[in-house]
Amino acid sequence: MSYSMGEFDIAIVGAGHAGVEAALAAARLGCSTALFTISLDQIANMPCNPSIGGTAKGHLVREIDALGGEMGRAADKCFIQSRMLNKGKGPAVHSLRVQADRMRYHEYMKKVCEKTDNLFVKQGEVAEIVCEDGAVKAIRTNLGAEYKVKAVIIATGTYLKGKIHVGEESYESGPDAALPSVYLSESLVKNGVELRRFKTGTPCRVHKRSIDFSVMEKQDGDEEIVPFSFESDSDDMKNIVSCYVTYTNSETHKVIMDNLHRSPLYSGRIKGVGPRYCPSIEDKIVRFADKERHQLFVEPMGLETDEYYLQGMSSSLPEDVQLAFLRTIRGLENVEIMRPAYAIEYDCCEPTQMKSTLEFKNIKGLYGAGQFNGSSGYEEAAAQGLVAGINAALSIQGKEPLILDRASSYIGTLIDDLVTKGCADPYRMMTSRSEYRLILRQDNADQRLTPVGYKIGLISKEKHDKLLKKIENIEKEIKRVKKLNIAPSKELNEFLAEKGTSPLVTGCKLADLIKRPQLGYDMLSEFDKERETLDFAEREQVELQIKYEGYIEKQQEQIEIMRKMESKKLPENTDYSEIRGLRLEAAEKLNKHHPENIGQASRISGVSPADASVLAIWLEQKGKMNEQL
Amino acid sequence: MSAIAAIATPDAPGGISVIRISGEDALKIASLIFKGAGDKSPEEMEGYTCAYGYVTDGDERIDDAVLTVFRAPKSYTGENCAEISCHGGRYITKKILRLILKKGAVLAGPGEFTKRAFLNGKMSLTQAEAVMDVISSSGERELRYANAVREGAVFRRINAIKEKIIKILGDLAAWADFPEEDIPEVSPEALGKELDEVLTLFRKTAETYDYGRILREGINTVIAGKPNVGKSTLMNCLSGFQRSIVTDIAGTTRDVVEESVKLGDITLRLSDTAGIRETEDVIESIGVDIAYKKIDEAELILAVFDNTVPLEKKDYELIDYIRDRKTIAVINKSDGKTLVNKEYIKENFKHVVEISALNDSGINELKDCLEDMFLKEETEADAGIIANERQMECLESAMQNAKEAKYALENGELLDAITVLLDSAASKLMELTGESASETVINNVFSRFCVGK
Repeated sequence: MSYSMGEFDIAIVGAGHAGVEAALAAARLGCSTALFTISLDQIANMPCNPSIGGTAKGHLVREIDALGGEMGRAADKCFIQSRMLNKGKGPAVHSLRVQADRMRYHEYMKKVCEKTDNLFVKQGEVAEIVCEDGAVKAIRTNLGAEYKVKAVIIATGTYLKGKIHVGEESYESGPDAALPSVYLSESLVKNGVELRRFKTGTPCRVHKRSIDFSVMEKQDGDEEIVPFSFESDSDDMKNIVSCYVTYTNSETHKVIMDNLHRSPLYSGRIKGVGPRYCPSIEDKIVRFADKERHQLFVEPMGLETDEYYLQGMSSSLPEDVQLAFLRTIRGLENVEIMRPAYAIEYDCCEPTQMKSTLEFKNIKGLYGAGQFNGSSGYEEAAAQGLVAGINAALSIQGKEPLILDRASSYIGTLIDDLVTKGCADPYRMMTSRSEYRLILRQDNADQRLTPVGYKIGLISKEKHDKLLKKIENIEKEIKRVKKLNIAPSKELNEFLAEKGTSPLVTGCKLADLIKRPQLGYDMLSEFDKERETLDFAEREQVELQIKYEGYIEKQQEQIEIMRKMESKKLPENTDYSEIRGLRLEAAEKLNKHHPENIGQASRISGVSPADASVLAIWLEQKGKMNEQL
Repeated sequence: MSAIAAIATPDAPGGISVIRISGEDALKIASLIFKGAGDKSPEEMEGYTCAYGYVTDGDERIDDAVLTVFRAPKSYTGENCAEISCHGGRYITKKILRLILKKGAVLAGPGEFTKRAFLNGKMSLTQAEAVMDVISSSGERELRYANAVREGAVFRRINAIKEKIIKILGDLAAWADFPEEDIPEVSPEALGKELDEVLTLFRKTAETYDYGRILREGINTVIAGKPNVGKSTLMNCLSGFQRSIVTDIAGTTRDVVEESVKLGDITLRLSDTAGIRETEDVIESIGVDIAYKKIDEAELILAVFDNTVPLEKKDYELIDYIRDRKTIAVINKSDGKTLVNKEYIKENFKHVVEISALNDSGINELKDCLEDMFLKEETEADAGIIANERQMECLESAMQNAKEAKYALENGELLDAITVLLDSAASKLMELTGESASETVINNVFSRFCVGK
């Protein structure tokens, strides 16, 4: 029995990190948007690590912010410790990571959603997607409510047919004891979506009073805090908590090995594919048997709770074994478990079924984002949610889609990897996945993406003008230091010797000095009296753009070649088996993936450079024939 | 479009080979390697004109050649084109191609000239399908070849280098992407050492290329010495020993005769020079000049001395001239009375062989000596031979990236920049197999390091 309950432009299924960004973007772009969640108390929940950012993920958050998403601002408001990772390894791999207050983060995001015009937050389980003629028409909840919609974004996280395993026990459940989404899988399959099973896990939460912090290594935040959002002011930001490090030992490993037969992973009860970068502790011990100890981080879940998270200890062993092995660990001898660790299996899709807009190739108006697309991580989810939300809105408004290519951002790289190559296990962003990482730095995300966000309509004119001014200042200053002659002097040469670099014999440009690895823009201010005052972010850009000039140019050349290939669009309904000269393997792969352009086609495994050339000729021939008609 | 280059004539010995360069920069690149006999550089030449001159690498003349210039759009591809007609030897032709690639051209992909011709409107629509056939069949050929070499020794060598670079990249990636795990720090010193090892492997593999050529095309060898020491007899004697004469080229001058002979596993391309002595005879003095020029170009010198005559001024001059070169001193007429200063010869040359060209004795010793010089270190089972220009191009370009990485490291650059250079090196090597460098590095990280929350 179903009944009509109204209509929206866009319905979003799931209000996790992907769903929230999708909903906010769509509503802010003027679409009437319904955000469905099984429980309003789970909006933007962090069911695993209460942390935002980290290597490459920190890049994603800054890019989300630059494009007009919410995650950066939320993290700046709710963090309780902040650190810039990888200092000293080069600016391309600098990554921001914060410890966040889980409840506050949820409350902040819930409030933002509630306050946003055009956005309607609804508790309910979406059970069915109604499609007609290959396009989305409506959704139905498990209570029978039907809403007419033009687009649906699936962001179901680990809820979809979620199943939790703890030791020999298992039960159907979403994360953090929420109800699972039971019916939607069947409806998706009926509409032609291919699903599969992934698995992930989370460690115990333990009580603060049962931890002996005095025997652990303390880890504090940075003294100078860099915010995620280009809008946030770092002045009133401070670290509130410390995190701690301790280690497993041979005793811990023995307890685990002795009880391995009670793990659902090893007994074969779990069928889903788990993430490689996030192995359970039993996995680590079995696979890296010669490692004497594994480290774990002890991190607070928030300010208004005594729950602590044990990063590195994810497990699906029975509760009694969990307690036993934790108690062998220094500082956790009397530990008190509040929530046991568990593994969770869930349905998700093979992302090669989607276009770069995150819309399904064969179902108009159906989009996917987050763990449903095979990724893992809050930041990866939020990035996709933002892009899916934007594209759903742009499509409804009849505008050009937003496609971020690999050279534009980590977001673009993430989506291109997913839709072009697919993933065999939950996909995590890493800096090593980006071939253009000297250009895609976290410090210049605003220069790369804020103009895009402005064009779409997610960035205000004021914010965009501020960026233009910043870019102007940077460019002016770079021009100046490239022209400015520096003459050798006793003071300068003494300074150069002190920094361990060779003295000047004849004059040179200031930029040449900045380029030396031992020197930097700021430290040369004494020899550059006419310098105007720039703020930190501007000075940083001047220095990096000068220092990395050669590399940046080199990468820019590669980008141009890549973009040329990307601009050759392949028609959607091509039957590749009819193109003369394509090898059978290539034609099969192309018919399966239906790439959007020749660049993407050439990244599909099994498509050779010769195949790409054949495609280029075929495309050209087709174009010329159309011209003649 | 960036310039592409390839050998346009079949890969077989012939009278003349043609190398084609096409692209906006084609004439600029041609100007870097071609010095015309006239004063115009290829960049200044008009379309449909040709010039005689030399292909040079810096100061070194590689070959004399004829260069034809085609200006866009009046060329096969519709782009600026240069065609270099050089002497037909496969070695010379490939050497010139490699030089062109070094100066900025890219080795043409399967059917790429034809593809460009089509894209630039030089072919009718009905010809497009033929173009696709050309590309797919040459692509097919390359693929078959790639599959064939995958079993080969060179491929194993390249693979070994690739794996080493992937391991370094794995270290760097794990260290950069998992800074909070207890992963060993990558120190610039350790990285420098590993890069040195990689560069050594690169060099060894690149040298194999020359070794492979030696086996296939023979060693450019000159028989030098005073008149009447028995050079021609030695030449005839070697020819008699051979099982087959590979080619028999009448020399371009009256005084140099060339012949290819197979001695055991080694092919020698022999030149018999005019005797080295001062002469008033104009024609003969030309011959002497050519003899010294041939010595300069040779990869191996067989310096012949007469056992029955003491060393004299011209001998000493020759010895001085070739002392540091790859030389075998051949003391001829060992059947006669020894008057020559053998000790002096032995002091100056590592390899000395005594023969009697007249009664064929000592030729086996000469053969052993050659094999010692050219094969000894390379006969291990897995010594690969790079036979394919594509492999060579990938190898050289990867090596260049690895060198830059080493340089950047020594210069104190941060590791993110170095990683990107090594990424390029790995990607270039992996072009041969079509793998993805980034995936491979990530797999490497997860298989070697225990990372994750």
